[in-house]
Amino acid sequence: TFLQPPRGCDMQWCFSQVKGAIDDDVAEADIISTVEFNHTGELLATGDKGGRVVIFQQEIENKNYPQLRSEYNVYSTFQSHEPEFDYLKSLEIEEKINKIRWLPQKNAAQFLLSTNDKTIKLWKISERDRRADGYNLKEEDGRYKDPNSITSLRVPVLIPMDLMVEASPRRVFANAHTYHINSVSVNSDHETYLSADDLRINLWNLEITDRSFNIVDIKPANMEELTEVITASEFHPNQCNTFVFSSSKGTIRLCDMRASALCDKHSKLFEEPENPSNRSFFSEIISSISDVKFSHNGQYMMTRDYLSVKIWDLKMENRPVETYQVHEYLRSKLCSLYENDCIFDKFECCWNGNDSVVMTGSYNNFFRMFDREHRRDVTLEASRENSKPLQVLKPRKVCTGGKRKKDEISVDSLDFNKKILHTAWHPLDNIIAVATTNNLYIFQDKLTG
Amino acid sequence: MDVNVEAKRILAVSISKLYASRTQRGGLRLHRSLLLSLVMRSARDIYHSSRESEAPIAAAPEEPMDTSSRAEEQTQLPEPESEPQPVANGAEAASEVSDSREEESDGETTEDKENVSPTRQSRKRRGKASAAPDFLPSKRARLEPGEERYAAPLGSCRTMAGESLTTLSLNRVIPAF
Repeated sequence: TFLQPPRGCDMQWCFSQVKGAIDDDVAEADIISTVEFNHTGELLATGDKGGRVVIFQQEIENKNYPQLRSEYNVYSTFQSHEPEFDYLKSLEIEEKINKIRWLPQKNAAQFLLSTNDKTIKLWKISERDRRADGYNLKEEDGRYKDPNSITSLRVPVLIPMDLMVEASPRRVFANAHTYHINSVSVNSDHETYLSADDLRINLWNLEITDRSFNIVDIKPANMEELTEVITASEFHPNQCNTFVFSSSKGTIRLCDMRASALCDKHSKLFEEPENPSNRSFFSEIISSISDVKFSHNGQYMMTRDYLSVKIWDLKMENRPVETYQVHEYLRSKLCSLYENDCIFDKFECCWNGNDSVVMTGSYNNFFRMFDREHRRDVTLEASRENSKPLQVLKPRKVCTGGKRKKDEISVDSLDFNKKILHTAWHPLDNIIAVATTNNLYIFQDKLTG
Repeated sequence: MDVNVEAKRILAVSISKLYASRTQRGGLRLHRSLLLSLVMRSARDIYHSSRESEAPIAAAPEEPMDTSSRAEEQTQLPEPESEPQPVANGAEAASEVSDSREEESDGETTEDKENVSPTRQSRKRRGKASAAPDFLPSKRARLEPGEERYAAPLGSCRTMAGESLTTLSLNRVIPAF
């Protein structure tokens, strides 16, 4: 059933849980690199820089806090990718998990795709809560019995055991990408998926690992003429022939696979002309799109660039229908952000279940929500200081100039090492997962508790 | 003038980032390299257009030919991190070269061109547009012990006419990947 939550920013958000190490000294392998709910929201997967995947499962009920419906506990942990070495190019291939995407559930097991820069893997996560007992030829501990001691025949029975969750790699999709993979997206046909790198997009069948179809190729004949790269790509949520890809130039192309085998010619090109008064050395960098996401209803898509979130109506190509400023106060700081590399940060964005609210991260462990219906926005903070169970988060405010009010924080005091790049929204409920550098925060709304 | 200073700084920072990205785990990132080169191109264009307008006036005072004044200039440069430092050193040395070339083109009547020291004998094409930008690192950035730094490190290798030094290096950023 689909819960009808009250308006996004009338909601009060409260703390539910935080996962990860407490100490400030962050091990690089623990840096969270992707967060994704499955299609029911029961499972929440994270990937990290060390190549590990951790899956959390929603608890049915917590006796101490019955209104806490967003308690997630570790369900499975496994090493998805290992560091590799490309001998031909003398390059190390990072094990960092760039993206995780869940497949819709077909049977008792769960399946997800996880990818690093070069290789995509299909993982099967299955539960085992029974084991066979009463073998004829083997002892309990697995040793073989002396055949002479066997005098009768019996049928082994399945007896209950402690729940064991196993993750096994079912498919490995390798050697199809020359450049670094930035996106994977499962098609609504549940049979195919796409993977995108800087210059190419490939279409795979989930069953077939030794070949893929190249559907987009923007590599110029002469690399010196390279002007843009692919930054993100996604299949339409219900039209299996349609997908989009965004570019470093701030454009989004919508492609129809029925039109031709190679979708270099887009069906639609979404682009907003640049405001000439905002031109600077860094205009190109900040217009590069870091994430693109279709709305659940398939009528809109959202893009994230360095300073803003834009909502596009798929029927209108020449400008977005809504633009939300995430942290406009950084526009005057672009030179410093270039020097400290923050300007290259790739923020993601996400929709809530009924497409009424969108969310994205910022610096100082702030994250922002924009309520589309009521034209309201809120800034919240993920911090261990606000981490008592069901503690309500207080809206935060950045002071952009002039006199700083109490409780406001000035732009120069923001901690640019504390960035929230990855956020996820439960598909059916007002539960959100927000990843700081190495911690995962889970929040829920208070009112529908 | 401020824009020019900013452009120069951005160029120095960009080059140090490019060098750093070569040693990054996972190899050169195409997207990042592209963005860096775009910023460098903008900064270079600003830098060149502002240098063209101010060069005739500034040629004389901008002549740090002796080592003592050069050392002075180097220490005055801002040092945000250790990496740009060699870049800045090269920048100063290269600005010497470009200024000296400008001097030559302004016409030296008394100098014996036959016996000019190697640092002033450059096979680079004269003219402001192709003057070595002072943000480019010299070989000092990768100096081995005992190695000498040359005044025009890349000029002698060039065979293409009509391309400035910076155009060459920016376009080569991507194919090197």
